[in-house]
Amino acid sequence: MAKILFLLALMTSLIGFGKEANAEVAEEGKDIKTEIDAYIQHHLKDAHDFTLFSYTDGEGNKKHVGFPLPVILWDEGLHFFSSSKFHHGETLAQSGDKYYKLYHSKIYRTDAEGIINYNEEHHPTNVEPLDFSMTKSVVMIIFTGLLMFWLFRSLARSYSKNDGIATGAGRFFEPVILYIRDDIARSNIGEKRYEKYMPFLLTIFFFIWFLNMFGLTPFGVNVTGNIAITTALAVLTFLITNFTGTKDYWKHLFDPLGDSMPWYGKLPLYVILIPIELLGLFIKPFSLLIRLYANMQAGHIVIMSLIGLMFIFKNWIGSPLSFGLAFAISLIEILVAILQAYIFTMLSALYFGFASEEHEHAEAH
Amino acid sequence: MEQLLEEFSLGLFFWQTLLFLLLLFLLWKYAWKPILGAVNDREEGIKNALAAAEDAKKEMQNVTADSENLLKEARAEREAMLKDARDIKNKMLADAKDQAKTEGDKMIKQAQAAIESEKKAAVADIKSHVANLSVDIAEKVLKEQLANKEKQLKIIDDFLDDVTLK
Repeated sequence: MAKILFLLALMTSLIGFGKEANAEVAEEGKDIKTEIDAYIQHHLKDAHDFTLFSYTDGEGNKKHVGFPLPVILWDEGLHFFSSSKFHHGETLAQSGDKYYKLYHSKIYRTDAEGIINYNEEHHPTNVEPLDFSMTKSVVMIIFTGLLMFWLFRSLARSYSKNDGIATGAGRFFEPVILYIRDDIARSNIGEKRYEKYMPFLLTIFFFIWFLNMFGLTPFGVNVTGNIAITTALAVLTFLITNFTGTKDYWKHLFDPLGDSMPWYGKLPLYVILIPIELLGLFIKPFSLLIRLYANMQAGHIVIMSLIGLMFIFKNWIGSPLSFGLAFAISLIEILVAILQAYIFTMLSALYFGFASEEHEHAEAH
Repeated sequence: MEQLLEEFSLGLFFWQTLLFLLLLFLLWKYAWKPILGAVNDREEGIKNALAAAEDAKKEMQNVTADSENLLKEARAEREAMLKDARDIKNKMLADAKDQAKTEGDKMIKQAQAAIESEKKAAVADIKSHVANLSVDIAEKVLKEQLANKEKQLKIIDDFLDDVTLK
C-alpha cells in the first residue's frame, strides 16, 4: 500500500514537473495531448476492425495495419459486409439501399452524403442500427475461448494418459483449479452443494483472467473493461444465484425476521426491509459489473496515459521516468488482472453460497 | 451513468452471453468434468493409499505380536517337553530301579529256595550217609567188639559222643 502511495505521489509530481518543462511548447503540447486523449479514448472502446498498429506515413496519411472484421447489422433487414468498407471511419459503407458511417466506434445510418446530425450535447441523432458485428472484442472472446478449450481439454486428457497426473501446459493451471475448488467454492458454498457451481466459477475465473492479461498486451484489447461484457457476466451470476436459490433463500428475502416477532410487528418493518432486500438482490451483481469494468478501464487509462506522457515530455528526465512508471504500473496491472478475476469469482461464489444455503439456524434471523 | 449506457453495446452483450454460455457448456463437458473427476479420483487414491498404509502398519504390528506369541508358545512348549522328558527319565529310572529290586529279590528268593533245597538234599544225603556210616560202624563194631561186651558198649558211647547232628 505504501509503495502504491509513493508511486502516486511520484506520478503527480512528475506531471507537475512535465508541465513546467514544457511551458514554452504549450501550443504543440496541447496538440499532442488532445491526440493522446483521443487515442486513449479510441483504444478503450470496442473496434470494428482488428488494428495491430497504425502509423502516419511521410505524406501525412494515417496507415492502419491489421485486418477487417465482419459487420452484421439489423436495420429493417440483415446487413452483412466487411468493416474494410468503412476505411476506419473515413468513408461511408453502402449496404443495400442504406448508408452507414463509423463514428467514434459506433455505426450510424446516414444519407448518401454521410451527414451526421448532432443534438445540443453534441451527440449524434442519427439512427443507430442494431449492431451484431463481430467486433475486436468478439474476436478476442472467441480466441480466448478457443485457447481455454485447447488448454483445459489437453489438461483433462493428460490425466487419463498419465495415470491421473497432469502433464503439459495445463499442469500450471491445476493448482489454480484446486485453489478455486477448495478456497473459493468449498469454503463459500459448502461441501454439499459446491460441485454444481464449479464449472461456472472455473470458466468465469479463467475467462476474466485471460482476457485481463490479453488487455495488457500491446494490441490493447480492452474486453473486460467493456461494460457490455461485465454486464453479461454479472447477469449470469445473477441468474444462477436466483435460479438455484433455495426455499430458505427466498424466505429470508421476503421474511427476513422470520418467527422472531408477530406479523403485526413485522409489517411496518417490512415496508422498509423488503425493498432493501430486493434492492440488495440487484446491487450485488451491479457492484460486480462496475468493479470489474472500472478496474480494467482505469488500469488501461493509467498505463496508456503514462506511455503518452513519454511523448509529451520528450526530454531525458521525464520520458525515462514515465517509462519506468508505466513499467511499474504494468506489473501492478498483472496483479490486478488476477486479483479482479479472483474477486469476481469469489463474490459470485459468495452469492451462490447465500442462495443455496439451507438454514439450520432459522430462528437466529 | 449516461456515458456507461452510451458505451453499452447490445450486440457485444449478445455475443458475449452466447459465446460464454457455449464456452461454459463445452468446458463443462470436455474439460472441467474430467479434470475435477481425475483430481477427485487422485485424491481418493491418495486417501485410500494412506489408509492402506495405515492398515498395513497395523497388520505388521499384529504379525509381530503374533510371532512373538508364537515364539513364547514355542518356548513354553519346549519347557514343557523338557519337563516331560525329565519326568519320564525319572520315572523310567525309578521303574527300572523297582524292577531291578523286585527282580533281585526274586532271584535272591529263588537262590535261597535253591540253597534250602540243596541243603535239604545235602542233609538228606548226609542222613543217608550217616545211616550207612552208622550201619557200617555198627557192622564193624559188631564184628570187632562183639567179643568184648564192655568194650563194645564203650565204643558205641564214644561214637555217639563223636557224632553230633544238627
